[in-house]
Amino acid sequence: MRYLLLLALCAVLIILLVGCDEMTHQPRYQAAGPGRLFPDGKAMQAPPAGAVAQDDPARAAALDRRPAMSAALLARGRQRYDIYCSPCHDVAGTGHGAVPARGFPAPPSLHEPRLVQAPSRYFVEVITSGHGVMYSYADRVAPADRWAIAAYIRALQLRRDAPADALEATDRAKLYGAKLGGAKLDGGPP
Amino acid sequence: MPQIFTASADTWLRAGVLLAAMGVLVTGLLWDGAIGSSYITAVGWVRDQPVPFSHKHHVGDVGIDCRYCHTTVETGPHAGFPATHTCMTCHSQLWTSAPALAPVRDSLATGTPIRWQRVARLPDYVYFNHSIHVARGVPCVTCHGRVDQMPLMMRAQPFQMRWCLDCHRDPGPHLRPPDQVTRMDWRAWDREGHADYGPHQAALLGIKPERMTDCTLCHR
Ligand code: HEC
Ligand code: HEC
Ligand code: HEC
Ligand code: HEC
Ligand code: HEC
Ligand code: HEC
Repeated sequence: MRYLLLLALCAVLIILLVGCDEMTHQPRYQAAGPGRLFPDGKAMQAPPAGAVAQDDPARAAALDRRPAMSAALLARGRQRYDIYCSPCHDVAGTGHGAVPARGFPAPPSLHEPRLVQAPSRYFVEVITSGHGVMYSYADRVAPADRWAIAAYIRALQLRRDAPADALEATDRAKLYGAKLGGAKLDGGPP
Repeated sequence: MPQIFTASADTWLRAGVLLAAMGVLVTGLLWDGAIGSSYITAVGWVRDQPVPFSHKHHVGDVGIDCRYCHTTVETGPHAGFPATHTCMTCHSQLWTSAPALAPVRDSLATGTPIRWQRVARLPDYVYFNHSIHVARGVPCVTCHGRVDQMPLMMRAQPFQMRWCLDCHRDPGPHLRPPDQVTRMDWRAWDREGHADYGPHQAALLGIKPERMTDCTLCHR
């Protein structure tokens, strides 16, 4: 009788202990964690050399084809530019960003005549493969976003460098009005 | 027949019941305090990192957006940690001989990633997804606190089930414009009085709070 009771107790304990399985740390790989199965010890494996991802043709096509200009493209380009480019190139594209201010080589202004005349594709290429001390941003900026950034750089250049003649008549009047007002202010003693 | 109970038995019984009740109460209070304490939830604790990476410097002072480094936060379940290449976009030229950055240079030379100590982590049996929260406009600061003021990363919220549920029962008031999710300081927004923006947005997006507390949403 005693033995039977002890046996029953053991059985109950074993069943209960199954519930104590440590579920917080499950024996599976974490996205950025170690993976002991692989020679380089990483759970996240780089694709083998020569592999073509399913969306590679789509990415290549997006890189080749310049999307039509639209307000949505500019808005996207502005957001991406502010995230990835503005730390160095400054939100206005002058090249006086916070990182150059701390000792990084200063990038050229995007309003230089040479860069104003460069085709949009040139900016896409600089983002894709880098330029001089500027590294490539291909790992972080998707092909479609590279075109969006290029479009936004065009808008930045236009905003700063547009000839006054290209403005609507009402805007031009406002501009000259503002200039006159400014001149009066700086004009020394009356 | 001899007496089974002594004259004081009643008193002992009452004292015993009282003691037991107090014991249960005190244990309950202690337990509640313990699971809410920062010792269990790890709120405000920092860990030794291989590189003393400072979000205060990079986000607060230099003004880099979260997505410059945590690239997949908008598109995937994980925010992800920056590749060594990402650090090198700046540190190939800046602070190139700083001893603090030696592990970063080693990592680049040997191709082994830096092993960061995780601070904000859920148990493996919980499913979490960044992209939906970011797309709906829950700002980083709601869950990770003022990252731009942290010299070393620490956990800002308890990450317990009740914390997730507190929001999931009524997400409306927590929603902000999705294009500003990485903004850290919302005091101006609160002052400007946008109290009805969130609830309105929740209705517009068709968020159903009654579905957001299903166990299978987070335990799948
Ligand atoms: C870490 C700082 C940094 C960031 C971030 C950065 N750049 Fe640059 N960029 C530079 C520097 C420095 C140069 C000058 C490189 C040189 O001449 O060696 C440069 C040069 C350029 C040029 C001019 C190339 C030429 O012909 O002179 C373009 C265009 C450009 N960057 C675009 C971008 C775009 C678009 C982004 C965002 C995706 C970006 N940059 C992000 C630092 C940066
Ligand atoms: C310059 C790159 C960089 C930027 C910008 C950046 N981070 Fe980080 N972040 C890191 C690195 C590196 C780590 C790992 C080291 C650590 O925990 O401090 C990290 C860790 C974290 C962690 C802790 C994750 C964990 O579980 O340990 C959180 C949360 C986080 N970052 C949030 C943010 C937020 C929010 C922002 C924007 C306000 C941001 N980060 C901007 C590089 C960056
Ligand atoms: C966009 C440019 C940029 C990127 C990307 C960047 N840093 Fe920095 N980092 C800086 C600047 C600028 C400073 C100098 C800060 C200052 O002087 O205020 C700095 C300083 C540092 C310092 C020393 C600062 C200190 O006193 O604590 C460390 C350590 C550091 N960075 C680590 C990293 C790591 C690790 C990464 C990659 C996850 C990284 N950085 C990515 C720009 C960058
Ligand atoms: C609804 C709350 C919430 C919001 C909003 C949020 N996070 Fe997180 N974050 C978490 C939780 C929970 C974890 C832990 C996830 C895990 O362990 O699986 C986490 C983990 C992280 C990590 C660690 C690495 C990883 O991929 O798990 C980083 C980095 C991070 N968050 C950055 C950010 C950034 C940047 C933003 C804003 C764009 C953000 N988070 C917005 C709750 C949130
Ligand atoms: C500040 C508010 C807030 C907090 C805190 C929060 N969430 Fe959410 N969560 C949301 C919103 C808003 C949605 C989007 C719901 C929708 O669109 O249907 C969401 C959606 C989700 C989804 C995806 C639902 C689906 O349809 O696939 C998961 C999973 C989730 N949350 C898990 C968590 C977990 C786990 C935590 C705690 C660590 C958490 N959330 C904390 C606001 C929050
Ligand atoms: C919004 C996401 C979310 C939903 C919905 C949710 N949980 Fe959880 N649950 C969590 C998180 C996060 C934890 C981890 C808590 C911790 O680490 O302290 C957790 C932990 C647990 C635990 C383990 C508690 C412990 O302390 O070990 C149990 C049991 C549990 N949940 C049951 C449920 C049940 C039953 C439901 C449905 C009524 C449910 N959960 C719905 C997020 C959720």
